[in-house]
Amino acid sequence: MRISVEIKDDIFWVGALDWSVRDFHGYSTMKGTTYNAYLVKDDKVTLFDTVKKPFKGDLLHCIYKVVEPSKIDYLVVNHVEPDHSGALPEIMEAIKPEKLFCSPRGKKALLEHYHREDWPYEVVPSGSEISLGKRTVQFLETRMVHWPDSMFSYLKEDRVLISSDAFGQHWATTERFNDEVPGGELMQHAAKYYANILLPYSGLIQKLIAEVQKMDLKIDMICPDHGLIWRENPLQIVAAYDAWTRQISKRKAVIVFDSMWNSTATMAKAICDGLAEEGVAAKMMDLRVDHRSDVMTEVMDARAVIAGSSTLNNNMLPRMADMLTYMKGLRPQNKIAAAFGSFGWSGESVRMITKTLEEMKFKVINPGVSLQYVPAHEGLRQCVELGRDIARAVKAEG
Amino acid sequence: MQKYTCQVCGYVYDPALGDPDNGIAPGTSFDQLPDDWVCPVCGADKASFEPE
Ligand SMILES: [Fe+2]
Ligand SMILES: [Fe+2]
Repeated sequence: MRISVEIKDDIFWVGALDWSVRDFHGYSTMKGTTYNAYLVKDDKVTLFDTVKKPFKGDLLHCIYKVVEPSKIDYLVVNHVEPDHSGALPEIMEAIKPEKLFCSPRGKKALLEHYHREDWPYEVVPSGSEISLGKRTVQFLETRMVHWPDSMFSYLKEDRVLISSDAFGQHWATTERFNDEVPGGELMQHAAKYYANILLPYSGLIQKLIAEVQKMDLKIDMICPDHGLIWRENPLQIVAAYDAWTRQISKRKAVIVFDSMWNSTATMAKAICDGLAEEGVAAKMMDLRVDHRSDVMTEVMDARAVIAGSSTLNNNMLPRMADMLTYMKGLRPQNKIAAAFGSFGWSGESVRMITKTLEEMKFKVINPGVSLQYVPAHEGLRQCVELGRDIARAVKAEG
Repeated sequence: MQKYTCQVCGYVYDPALGDPDNGIAPGTSFDQLPDDWVCPVCGADKASFEPE
């Protein structure tokens, strides 16, 4: 879709649709994504953000539908990550703006990405305002939501919040507004995005939400840099974030595992039986088919994580090492945990997984189950017991 | 002197280096940092730091 969309009087979406991306630095984007940029026509024509480098043509195409690119006076960089600034060198060339607005950290990051001392940087402290003519833009620094350089731009008179990566979703659609797509699917994409991008910064986001509430910003529309614009009941996504920052969990356990010859997979099934017997919902995530980023979406609202791997060459399986490294970085909080796995002759995996779970400050409430070769009835009974034990701990927390 | 790590972004405050960009001279211990000092990378407050 290379058309501009007027989202409010003289405010245009001019971004790019990436239908084909399936791996976004390790996050599976099975339905692609969008890189949103916004163009405001006023005395000072202003472009907010750009797109990923290969899409610079799409961006220019959309801009041309509104104005001649050289007519753009101001460029605002809310976030320096290359999915939003990759096209910047070419776009700077095409529009030669009078000013390039960014946060203090943004200038530093831009210099460290593009090494251009000659660009007309205008560093804007948090809370400062600029006038575009009829409109006022207020900038709000949002450090580590999700990079040090990140900021929001708020169009006061229009009550439009351009929120950079916050409130986004990786989902390519020709629809531009939340009320044009099924709400359930949209929230799923938004949850996956939060779990995989923003989860480690939950504490800061909680503070940010409180700060914005104190400022009492009037918001008619939230325009993120990925996915759909929140037009109908835009505060629903703020409420969802508020819950996600608190990492409120459900009576739910995630059993995540990898298996060589299905012994560990059989153990996983028995653990699932134990949870089900106790009436606790369980999600089986088989790393041979499930992606790490989908596992994280399930982990986010789960109260327990049970991780299993066979032992391979005195180690856990590499897919489990990948999963745990990724999970550790995203810092999920308040999880009950245990490990399990089958082995041939040495059996290090359960101990190694347990150690990592403890490093993540998970509450390991059970030493785990480690079984040799193919589990028999007695071994599987231990697995069912493990499931029940976890289930009781899950229920004890409410 | 004890180094402290920001639990938000991983920045390490090293007293030997201080934080000259924000007026903190080398040799300033973590305890001596003013209460309103924040992580120079991510802006987290002092309470977000833990001994390395
Ligand atoms: Fe980003
Ligand atoms: Fe992004």
